[in-house]
Amino acid sequence: MKKIKKIKIKLNGKFSTINENLSLLIFLKKLKIPLKKVAIELNQEIIDKNKISRIKLKKNDKVEVVHFIGGG
Amino acid sequence: MIKDKLIVAKKVFNSRLIVGTGKYKNMLECAKAIKLSGAEIVTVAVRRVNISDKKKPLLMDYIDPKKITYLPNTAGCFNSDEALRTLRLAREIGGWKLVKLEVLGDKKNLFPDIIETLKSTEVLTKEGFKVMVYCNDDPLMAKRLENVGACAIMPLAAPIGSGLGIQNSTNIKIIRSQTKLPLIIDAGLGQASDAAIAMELGCDGVLANTAIAKAKKPFQMALAFKNGVIAGRQSFLAGRIEKSLYGSASSPTTGII
Repeated sequence: MKKIKKIKIKLNGKFSTINENLSLLIFLKKLKIPLKKVAIELNQEIIDKNKISRIKLKKNDKVEVVHFIGGG
Repeated sequence: MIKDKLIVAKKVFNSRLIVGTGKYKNMLECAKAIKLSGAEIVTVAVRRVNISDKKKPLLMDYIDPKKITYLPNTAGCFNSDEALRTLRLAREIGGWKLVKLEVLGDKKNLFPDIIETLKSTEVLTKEGFKVMVYCNDDPLMAKRLENVGACAIMPLAAPIGSGLGIQNSTNIKIIRSQTKLPLIIDAGLGQASDAAIAMELGCDGVLANTAIAKAKKPFQMALAFKNGVIAGRQSFLAGRIEKSLYGSASSPTTGII
């Protein structure tokens, strides 16, 4: 059986090791991110949440997940 | 009573008080203070999701964006690029187009960088955002912001969080006289009377955060601000008497025994 390659990506500024070709949707779902309440950036580009199942994560990708918090 | 509503970017609000959601002890306190203040618009910040602590309470679980208008704010941004990125992300979260732009220029006094603010207002307006703009109390810059498409002018009363109250009421009056856009005093208020003064100057609304959140009794202060804004607005609409150097007796001078 072919061994699945691991890659490193950055999520909200912290390194994370994941399986190569993991989709952004599965990655965020595993982390239990409430997708309806967040916005997602991949390498500084805003991602349409309807399309995240089609996006495969690559080595050194930078993912940012933001939401609303209390502020002035 | 004549219907007197706050209208921003064609949206109608009963309350003229906007409150921030920062600096509260917890979400519960924040939600209760907002309710007591009667505010229908609250400012919110865009920040990274805490991946490691998923139990951290979410703002949306305490303040329902279907009932209260969220006003995404760019607090903490120090240039146009950061502010644009933040508001584009905010729009992506849930389609928010009404936003508050705040581009800071100095970490100590938190005054706005007005050049970056002007640049950002123009770009955001072209992208379809309705931009309420935090600015200093400079009538010329307020006019320029209006000219590039701002939907509301939000001059500071004093530095953010300072609690000093309105420092330059003359400039606020000048800005009031030159614009038909909603004029909302943003930042630097300390107590309910400051809000009343802003309204008496003819402003359309005020925004308060620290003054309520950091008051010894935030709930009581939220209520005080609500009443201060109402009192100030009614006083403005009622039309004050002329000021005089001399006294004018309130009782008739005839029939004195």
